[in-house]
Amino acid sequence: MTTFLKLLFRNRLAALGAVVLGAIVLLALVTPLLPLADPDVTATGDRFMRPFTEGHLLGTDHLGRDLLSRLLWGTRLSLAVGIAAALVAGTIGSAIGIVAGYFGGRIDNVIMRGVDMLMAFPYILLALAIVAALGPGLLNALIAVAAVNIPFFARNIRGVTVGLAGREFIDAARLAGMGHGRIILTELLPNVASTIVIAMSTTVGWMILETAGLSFLGLGSQPPVADLGSMLGEARAALITNPHTSVVPGVMIFLIVMSINLLGDGVRDALDPRLRSGALTRPRAVTLVDRKGQVPEADQKGLLNIQSLETQFHVGPRIFRAVNEVSLHLNPGEALGIIGESGSGKSVTALSVMGLVASPPGVITGGAVRYAGEDLLSADYRSLRQKRGNNVAYIFQDPLSTLHPLYRVGDQLTEAIQAHHAVPDATARARAVELLKDVRIPNAEARVRDYPHQLSGGMRQRVGIAMALANDPDVIIADEPTTALDVTVQAQILALLDDLRRDRGLAIIFITHDFGVVGQLCDRVAVMYGGRIVEEGPTATILSHPAHPYTKKLMACVPELGGGKRELAAIPGLPPVVSDLPPGCAFAPRCDKATEACRVGEIGFTGSDTHRVRCIHPEEVLA
Amino acid sequence: MGAHILKRLISAIPVLLGITVIVFLIMAMIPGDPATAILGSYATPENVEKLNRDLGLDKPLVTRYFIWLGNMLSGGFGRSFSLNRPVIDEILDRFNATLILAGVSFVLCTLLGILAGVVSAARQYGLADKAITFTVLIGISVPSFFLGMMMILVFAVNLRLLPVSGMYAIYGGGDLIDLARHLVMPALALAVVATGVIARLSRSAMLEVLRQDYIRTARAKGVHERRVIMGHALRAAMVSIIPVLGIQAGFVLSGSVYIEIVFQWPGVGRMLVDAILKRDILLVQGGVVFVAAAYVFFNIAVDVAQSLLDPRIKT
Repeated sequence: MTTFLKLLFRNRLAALGAVVLGAIVLLALVTPLLPLADPDVTATGDRFMRPFTEGHLLGTDHLGRDLLSRLLWGTRLSLAVGIAAALVAGTIGSAIGIVAGYFGGRIDNVIMRGVDMLMAFPYILLALAIVAALGPGLLNALIAVAAVNIPFFARNIRGVTVGLAGREFIDAARLAGMGHGRIILTELLPNVASTIVIAMSTTVGWMILETAGLSFLGLGSQPPVADLGSMLGEARAALITNPHTSVVPGVMIFLIVMSINLLGDGVRDALDPRLRSGALTRPRAVTLVDRKGQVPEADQKGLLNIQSLETQFHVGPRIFRAVNEVSLHLNPGEALGIIGESGSGKSVTALSVMGLVASPPGVITGGAVRYAGEDLLSADYRSLRQKRGNNVAYIFQDPLSTLHPLYRVGDQLTEAIQAHHAVPDATARARAVELLKDVRIPNAEARVRDYPHQLSGGMRQRVGIAMALANDPDVIIADEPTTALDVTVQAQILALLDDLRRDRGLAIIFITHDFGVVGQLCDRVAVMYGGRIVEEGPTATILSHPAHPYTKKLMACVPELGGGKRELAAIPGLPPVVSDLPPGCAFAPRCDKATEACRVGEIGFTGSDTHRVRCIHPEEVLA
Repeated sequence: MGAHILKRLISAIPVLLGITVIVFLIMAMIPGDPATAILGSYATPENVEKLNRDLGLDKPLVTRYFIWLGNMLSGGFGRSFSLNRPVIDEILDRFNATLILAGVSFVLCTLLGILAGVVSAARQYGLADKAITFTVLIGISVPSFFLGMMMILVFAVNLRLLPVSGMYAIYGGGDLIDLARHLVMPALALAVVATGVIARLSRSAMLEVLRQDYIRTARAKGVHERRVIMGHALRAAMVSIIPVLGIQAGFVLSGSVYIEIVFQWPGVGRMLVDAILKRDILLVQGGVVFVAAAYVFFNIAVDVAQSLLDPRIKT
């Protein structure tokens, strides 16, 4: 509760709303005690006096009545009627909702049908019909406004109750022999009370506005008593000659509604955990680059060259060092594997290449990514966009969420082509069919018209691959392309990628957590842990002679087919949280060879250019 | 698709019947003698007695409902005593005006609201976002009837840019330009609140969608950012925006009652308020049923639009 209030008041607008509303409510409460003129005494000689005249701070209306006094009394009345309507609607609506939600079945069905019928009306129409039947008057307006808001409460509270009614404590109460009435009052009501209160406080602004509206139409409060709405309605006749009589009540309604809205927004935001975590921020078109140190010199290695890359996530005061001093290069036609557990930074490394790390919260804080010698991190959006998909293409993990659900796969393919080549639609479409055939999708001519949800998982991933191939890129970065698929489909997809690589001379970066996949596809492999590369070398060498204890353990996790009954090794402990990395080797806490020396200072690479390892006690001493 | 529309139309029948039940029950709450209420206080005793017999007041409530419904379906809502003409004629005369006002207003709030929401989301936390968020906050807090009055004061009285009220000029006019000039202020005043609500919702829907994986895919393909926002993201966001458009259409239709009063617009809303003040029950009842039915059909259109947009909805 205190954190809630703190959050609420950290929001300056909500605090402003609370202050304004508090002041208005206070004024309304003390109105009878203030030395004000009688609001209903007419003095036609003093009609339409301007604001700030002697004795009439806000002037007088068309009957010479003091506007300040009428305003305060009117505010009092409007607030009272609005709050009363909210209470009535809230009570009756909640009762209906609880009954429907608790009993369920037929009762629920009948009640909710009725509620749906009521909601089929434009709301004021219903209010007008009720006022028409009962006759104009403030009490009838209150009843009408409360009545049209009952469905809103009934529906909300029913939803909450349905969720609660199936819970164990309700069953327990029933088994204990409690009657329905008692269960509802003692077990259910306390649990839905907070929802009811929140719903009431967010709708009270509406209720005030709606009753004011009915009064404005002359259907609510009747002369001489006036709420804000009827003040405004009466003033309308003199709008052109004496606008102040309209402005005074109008501004007051505006202030009340706005302060309630501000407060309501504040409450909603404070209750929404996603806002606190910053999860509702939109990622920009390109990852933010904010390099602290020097940009590393170009060293002419490979077609794609990642040098000392550092990528971080800035979430509130916490900094997650997802990628730390990662250097990798990829030669034309080569397949490089990046392997590691979830959270090791392998995907973030891959996404950093084309500036696709979600930002905020992602920031690239150091290093360089060179494609054919050009630093992509200092490239502008235009040139980066031209390379995306055209020179470096991506295949992502889960093709159901990575393909657009509302576009036909053919359209998504032609779009990829037309993003880089100004070709006519027909040409692009023909090429899309070609691409689907290339990735061995049967009946490609018909499949282009399908939506992603109409395809199987394997087919969707083939579409993802076809899309990556659309512009004949030099480099494909495949981020766990087979993880979401079952084993047989997985093998097919891997074989397909391998064929495509050989046919087209593609260079592939293959991100995975599966050594089996690496062994099948990759020429070289880099092992990542805690945002760093801990070992890198030719696949055959690493598979036969792993040097880092982590690599060895990771390999032991892979079950061998036909390997008989052997205990599968799991690595004890959890991967490190990259916001709080210990000094020294990040793997030390889980490593059985670790010594004091492993826990201090920076541990550099040993070994050669072809096989290097970041470890003081390697399994194999590298030459 | 045709079958889907047909299915939705059939499902509207119980809703329409429900509406008549509700209106009938509300009208049954009228205190005192309904025939007097219907015929007005100048009715002759013979007429009152005849009407009471026709309404079957001595019969049970359910029977009375069916008599009432039969009268409505065959007799077209009855005859208004205050206007001395059939209710349905009066409604049809005025419904056009309401449709023009609410329709233009709805188009305005949809276009402006979505545009504002998209810009706001695309420039999150930027100057444009802050300006839009602030404007929207003001917009959703101003009562439309007060806003309308202030617009009259500024644009019609002080600046003399637009006519004060009405639908057409009394002398001359009557053409489309004249109508447009009269429509500007009421349509805007009516659109403001709904625009704000739609802008807010569009902003949060866009923010939600922009974080999705398929947006990253589109960017990875090299699709231009403008197309990512206005195509991929907006298309997906529309799935959650469209149902709210349906709800907001109801609010625009409702709000037209106030705006028609403020701007002397000759629509159904003003007719209803006049009828209530004159206690012309049949006119009220006919107007309410008619507009509610129109709204039901509008919502079916929204529903069909939704299923056209989202192929995952089974048609």
